[in-house]
Amino acid sequence: MTLATLPTRRDEAWRYADMDGLARLGVAALDQWKEIALAPGETRRHAMVVGSAAPELHRIRLAIGEGARAELFVTNAGGDYTRVEVEVRLAKGAHFEFGGVTIGGAGVTREFVTQVVHAEPEATSNQTIRAVHWAGATGNFLGEIKVARHAQKTDAAQDFKGLLLEAGASANAVPQLEIFADDVKCAHGATVGELDEAARFYMMARGVDPATAQRLLVQAFIGDAFVALSDAGEHERLLDAALAALEGAKL
Amino acid sequence: MMLEITNLHATVGGPDNPTPILKGLTLHVPAGEIHAIMGPNGAGKSTLANVLGGKPGYDVTAGSVTFNGQDLLALDPHERAAAGLFLGFQYPVEIPGVSNVQFLREALNAQRKARGEAPLSGGEFLKLAKDKAALLQMDMDMLKRQVNVGFSGGEKKRAEMVQMGILNPSFAVLDETDSGLDIDALRIVGAGINAIMRAPDKAVLLITHYQRLLDVVKPDKVSVLADGRIVETGGPELALRLEAEGYDAVMA
Repeated sequence: MTLATLPTRRDEAWRYADMDGLARLGVAALDQWKEIALAPGETRRHAMVVGSAAPELHRIRLAIGEGARAELFVTNAGGDYTRVEVEVRLAKGAHFEFGGVTIGGAGVTREFVTQVVHAEPEATSNQTIRAVHWAGATGNFLGEIKVARHAQKTDAAQDFKGLLLEAGASANAVPQLEIFADDVKCAHGATVGELDEAARFYMMARGVDPATAQRLLVQAFIGDAFVALSDAGEHERLLDAALAALEGAKL
Repeated sequence: MMLEITNLHATVGGPDNPTPILKGLTLHVPAGEIHAIMGPNGAGKSTLANVLGGKPGYDVTAGSVTFNGQDLLALDPHERAAAGLFLGFQYPVEIPGVSNVQFLREALNAQRKARGEAPLSGGEFLKLAKDKAALLQMDMDMLKRQVNVGFSGGEKKRAEMVQMGILNPSFAVLDETDSGLDIDALRIVGAGINAIMRAPDKAVLLITHYQRLLDVVKPDKVSVLADGRIVETGGPELALRLEAEGYDAVMA
């Protein structure tokens, strides 16, 4: 199906989007869904670094078969509007693991939009998103969880934390839970804060320079998003890409 | 003179709402000296430590501090550390997500870099850390854990001394390092201070409320800080008098 027109900010999923960036991408980009299906019992992991000097839209549709496990990890450090959308449908006993980091300044909007549908019983999902921004930039996480009426024993969690390095940057978290089953666990949390000044002074008092102190604290902050990424090489690649974006951030 | 504090005035609360805490404090500490600072609550002991460490939120309004002839107050906190100053925290800070090993290796190598020295390799650093942890009877496994996270009050203070051992400063300002320690830990920490800092080219400013730490770390000098000034300086016997008679009697 081709959308005739671009969405507007009245569409819930585009509420905090950069509409100008989207317009520069064009309508055609909206049709480009990457469709992935995992067979029953299959395990698949994907780690990616997204973002460039131009706007980017990544749309992923995941169908996770019975007892299968999908893991997705993303560093979103675009130099222009960069949006990653993931639509997930979980079969019985399947698991979806998502770890995402938006990081950057330069007034850019970077966002994750997920819709996780627990369509059948006993599926689990876990989403951990961290946003680190400065210089008027925005980081968004719009996370929708839908639990079907018969999807008992669903266990779904999402956790968002934003770290703003200076006034003027912003972070938006929009958790949306739609639960029709009665025997489920759905946990969600969202906090936004500043760098821990006590920790920064403690580090400096031991000789760590301000830039290194900030890097260590940001590394610790975003680390949660990649805890479940067990491939050491991929873990390092995503972390390094995020920390490279931190160069030049306000101290 | 290693540390020379002259007529130091400092406020907290920022420029809009300043509260004077230090009101003309003068204190000289030569190399080779362990100098205890005692005084009633609210006298300015922790403020003195924080001003020397360069903690944000403290404003020096008059006076000077020179450290080995250098203007200490002109340096950022990390530059003070690289110059050889160590601030032992009354309440060591927890840093989730950063291990002691990573933190201290970054700190030591940042200091070495600032002094024009080559960085220690991972192996060299671990050997050093192991030696210093052993000195404070701290298990190496604790150093692999996150900085101060889940440590008891006593463990945090011992970890501070391990950090001091690894960083090997020439001057330590220890702010109530004895608070939160049981008798055994007190002896271990006191012995650690002696082992690390008792040297002709080093000095310590030891801020404490109690004689019991001074029984282990025998100070050369004892000064009483009251209402933002040093009101009396003497030998170790002054601490014993304070312990026996209290501040009011001694300062009367």
